[in-house]
Amino acid sequence: MTAQTLERPVAGVVRGGPKRAAEWARRAPLLPALVFTIIITQLPFVVTLIISFLRWNALDPTNRGFAGLGNYTAVATDSALRSSVVSTVILTVSVVVVSLLLGLGLALLLDQKFRGRGFVRTMLIAPFLVVPVAAALLWKHVLYNPEYGLLNGALSWIWGLFGGANPPQPDWISTMPKIAVEAALVWQWTPFMMLILLAGLQSRPGDAIEAARMDGATPWQVFRYLTLPHLRQYLELGGLLGSIYIVQNFDAVFTITSGGLGTANLPYTIYQTFFQAHDYGQASAAGVIVVIASIIIATFALRVVSSLLRNEVKR
Amino acid sequence: MRARKAWRPWGVFAWLAGILFALPVLWMVLTSFHSESDAATNPPSLLAPLTLSGYQEFFGAGSGASPWPPLINSASASIGSTVIVLLLAIPAAYALSIKPVRKWSDVLFFFLSTKMLPVVAGTLPIYLFAQFSGLLDNISFLTILYTSMNLPIAVWLMRSFLAEVPVEMLEAAALDGAGLITTLRRVVAPVAMPGIAATSLICFIFSWNELLFARVLTGVVAGTAPVFLTSFVTSQGLFLAKVCAAATVISLPVLAAGFAAQDKLVQGLSLGAVK
Repeated sequence: MTAQTLERPVAGVVRGGPKRAAEWARRAPLLPALVFTIIITQLPFVVTLIISFLRWNALDPTNRGFAGLGNYTAVATDSALRSSVVSTVILTVSVVVVSLLLGLGLALLLDQKFRGRGFVRTMLIAPFLVVPVAAALLWKHVLYNPEYGLLNGALSWIWGLFGGANPPQPDWISTMPKIAVEAALVWQWTPFMMLILLAGLQSRPGDAIEAARMDGATPWQVFRYLTLPHLRQYLELGGLLGSIYIVQNFDAVFTITSGGLGTANLPYTIYQTFFQAHDYGQASAAGVIVVIASIIIATFALRVVSSLLRNEVKR
Repeated sequence: MRARKAWRPWGVFAWLAGILFALPVLWMVLTSFHSESDAATNPPSLLAPLTLSGYQEFFGAGSGASPWPPLINSASASIGSTVIVLLLAIPAAYALSIKPVRKWSDVLFFFLSTKMLPVVAGTLPIYLFAQFSGLLDNISFLTILYTSMNLPIAVWLMRSFLAEVPVEMLEAAALDGAGLITTLRRVVAPVAMPGIAATSLICFIFSWNELLFARVLTGVVAGTAPVFLTSFVTSQGLFLAKVCAAATVISLPVLAAGFAAQDKLVQGLSLGAVK
């Protein structure tokens, strides 16, 4: 993203009729994508907004009509929905923060010179390249299973090594459901953060760091005053993109806990109201509230991106 | 000399971290080659004899349900939507960078903002529309949805690449009397090709992985690989080897593409902000 393009002259000096024609000629390549996006992504929200004012349950088709704000009051007093708002915030914030920190640590490690660095990098990317629902199944059945999962298997193996008689065999998902979902997501998203931060580290101006070292700066000082400020926008980018994806996470919650044990997040709860309770009106009202909340968060987030667009991020 | 010695522990840490992160994946692959009874032991049986029975089960030996239709559905939805995305995104990116329309950055942010709206809130109208027009369980309809899901990302990515085309070269081409086609081929294409590669990779991965739309909108006919995978877990009997085999096969295209194009992966994931 270059500053230069921002100043690139827009629409030449053309007068009258030809000017309009020239403007439309410029717009023409954009229009198919724009129209397509508006129809497929915006229109459904308009319909959702309309349905949210209707009394409409698919299981009770005769009783349909205008509900006013009825669905909204129902949603506002629905404790399941309120708890799913909290779960969504906790899930998103914890996964983004933990994977950013782990990603930063791993990126700093990978930035060092050591034997087999390329191979280690490949190993670290692997979690991100497992299909999310496959990863969720893997964690649920192969790692967390209390009887023969890898985690408990490893515990009994270690206990056996030291001659312990009764190794602890926790039922991971039922004793710590939120952490179980979060751990699986952190495992998948850490490589994503690491890749973005590693690219940031490798774009550091080498001469400034060299100069600081010559002047006797400690590694911590170099990190605190040179590396971290440089990484700031990469951290923001990783945090923003990670939040966009994790706030909408469905696969892990759906697979690992089926939304049980207090892990149901908003996407899962709305999905359930639509397709299991069939209460279209109420689910749409919930959807509208989520959209409004997203718009508020997005306005804030877009400001971050727009500052990124202006301060070029480039290797 | 001193510096080299001082760095050595970091290499050990990095290797340990790499092994730790890759372990679940390696374990998945190893378990997929074990028999069901060896897969379900505690402590784990690392050196159990290898067998292909998990894969035979996955490919329909036991249940009779073939994984090929879902795999083909996934492939056609992913490849089809990636092609349409490119066809729509490249001209759009051109109109946002090389010959920018007025207020191009507003348009760009409109595209990004559609990615921030929760997909689930628009799912019901889409479902009702599909039901009304007989498009439920139709892979073409899913392809269209995947196109809309990836188009904003693709526009951002392609724009960031096309913005790299030097203005001077465009001007020089215009002065030399080069037409649009020649300019596109000689000046724009060399810069755009890596961008097209990164965009295709990321769009393919996201479509291949998608579960929510596929689960809501498809059934027996148009079900995709991720949906098939969720149906693979049974409440009775042992299924670990089978599930691991299925998860390995279904992840294989993404693993292969991602490992082969690691640098494209970074470009794609950062929407082209990192090159």
